[in-house]
Amino acid sequence: MPVSPRYRVTTQTTASRVSLVIALLLVVAAAAAPLFVSRGTVQDLFFILTMLVLAQFWNLLAGYAGLVSVGQQAFVGFGAYAMFAAVSLAGLDPVVAILVGGIAAVLLAIPTAFFVFRLEGAYFAIGTWVIAEVVRLVVAQWQTLGGGTGTSLPRSATRDMIGVEQLKDWLGLKSSAAGDVVTYWLALALAVATIAFIYRLLRSRRGLGLAAVRDDASAAGAVGVDGNRMKHLVYLVAAFGTGLCGALIYVQTARISPDAAFSVIDWTAYVIFIVVIGGIGTLEGPIIGVLVFFLLQNALADYGSWYLLVLGLIGIVVMLFAPRGIWGFISDRTGIELFPIRRRLVIDDDPQTPDTD
Amino acid sequence: MSLLRLDDVCKSYGTLKVTDHVTLEVAEGEALGIIGPNGAGKSTLFDLITGRVAVGSGTIAFAGADVTTRPATERCRMGLGRSFQIPRPFGRLTVFENLVVGAAFGAGRSESDVTGRCAEILRQTGLLERANTPAGQLPLLQRKRLELARALATDPKLLLLDEIAGGLTESECRSLVETIRAIHAGGTTIVWIEHVLHALTSVVDRLVVLDFGRIIADGKPDAVMASREVREIYLGIEV
Repeated sequence: MPVSPRYRVTTQTTASRVSLVIALLLVVAAAAAPLFVSRGTVQDLFFILTMLVLAQFWNLLAGYAGLVSVGQQAFVGFGAYAMFAAVSLAGLDPVVAILVGGIAAVLLAIPTAFFVFRLEGAYFAIGTWVIAEVVRLVVAQWQTLGGGTGTSLPRSATRDMIGVEQLKDWLGLKSSAAGDVVTYWLALALAVATIAFIYRLLRSRRGLGLAAVRDDASAAGAVGVDGNRMKHLVYLVAAFGTGLCGALIYVQTARISPDAAFSVIDWTAYVIFIVVIGGIGTLEGPIIGVLVFFLLQNALADYGSWYLLVLGLIGIVVMLFAPRGIWGFISDRTGIELFPIRRRLVIDDDPQTPDTD
Repeated sequence: MSLLRLDDVCKSYGTLKVTDHVTLEVAEGEALGIIGPNGAGKSTLFDLITGRVAVGSGTIAFAGADVTTRPATERCRMGLGRSFQIPRPFGRLTVFENLVVGAAFGAGRSESDVTGRCAEILRQTGLLERANTPAGQLPLLQRKRLELARALATDPKLLLLDEIAGGLTESECRSLVETIRAIHAGGTTIVWIEHVLHALTSVVDRLVVLDFGRIIADGKPDAVMASREVREIYLGIEV
């Protein structure tokens, strides 16, 4: 009697299992880093992690939903200002106020989505930039938070922040250094949560629908995928994560101004560079990209405006010779995926096994 | 019983009428063929039925419900499946994943329940061996088959096929016709736009001819093909 074939789906690969173990070890090592490294290194790691979070959310928008935003600085700045308001005006602890930053960014994203989702492609990109500029100009009128020149967090707020006292006692650090460790751990937690969340989203039914919309929105609609809803969801999620990250960055710096908090160079251009050279549309790309960006930034720190020219030149070279970025270049040649999303059909009890090219 | 009903449907782009007072009924279980010269408005008719393009005037009813203003996603979930004339695969997804999208969203099934169903459709459409290939890498015949397979994954009550045999070799065409015949025999209602007449007439039991957005003939394939007007307009034969 013939055996009817049994079908199953797998996403895991050997590389992904190994990378999961390595990733867990790296997270443990990163969590323990403040015990062994200097304060300067902790600040560098904080910078890498927060840029990684911003890059992952921009990648989710552009690489998976096809929404090329040039206005993510709106959510960084608005989240940061909301955190400042919650601390300075409402007396919240800065760590708690970071959540307020994320929520405020979503509240900003809801009305802005109404406008930008009427635009497509390059018009969408310009629309998001215009909105970011409008938000910057409005926030600069907020005199209670320093108007155009900005303001600082109250010293008492950063000194008494959750975890600072315990760290001072435990590690014998000064308040400012202990504050850096607290924000670093929060950045590490945010980066891990961001990658885990996006990976889970992409592996879910919604993630599959999102990929279909990215590849062909009209065909996706014909098979029941509501592309507009998917894109709205991603836009709001990216706004929340970007707002949280912006608030966290400004808890660490403890000083804010509209020009810095809504900087298109710092919070969008660099982020696009990271994603493009690392590999757009992959989770691995922003991780590679942020490390390359950090190394370049340090190597070129003494060369003034040449730094930006070299960054631009590298971006052009990568786009010409490795359009899928460094990770895409590696993955295309080796087939390695550290965060596999692809569902592979496997047939048991049947000699007819599908190809895997 | 009528599964699809178009009542006096019109669509214009500026002064160009692409659908001109079309009234059409498709019965449940029927296989209807649509032919007409290039630019006659055949694909536009599918776009109107599936909600990809909004009607100018008139009404469209499907499965007893007025769907004239309902979005394409909702019509798909109600059981309207379609293929595109120029294949539009989700290129970076695998062939199998293309079907999972249709089954999970179009048929509203849980992703964990669709594996066996999608694999069986792949087997039926001859794509099982390419299940894990990125759809963007498929050659034309397999892209056409994927169009059919993905539409089937949505569990359609009515399957709209748009020139699915175009560009295929004779043997590829024969094989595709066999697949479509089997799908129809399984109870799926079919409306098929096609220029490959021998393929079309070997499956359908009724033929409609469109010209300049108007229905100029409707009836049994033999009778329609024998019509003087059809032979002049569509086949270019002077009678």
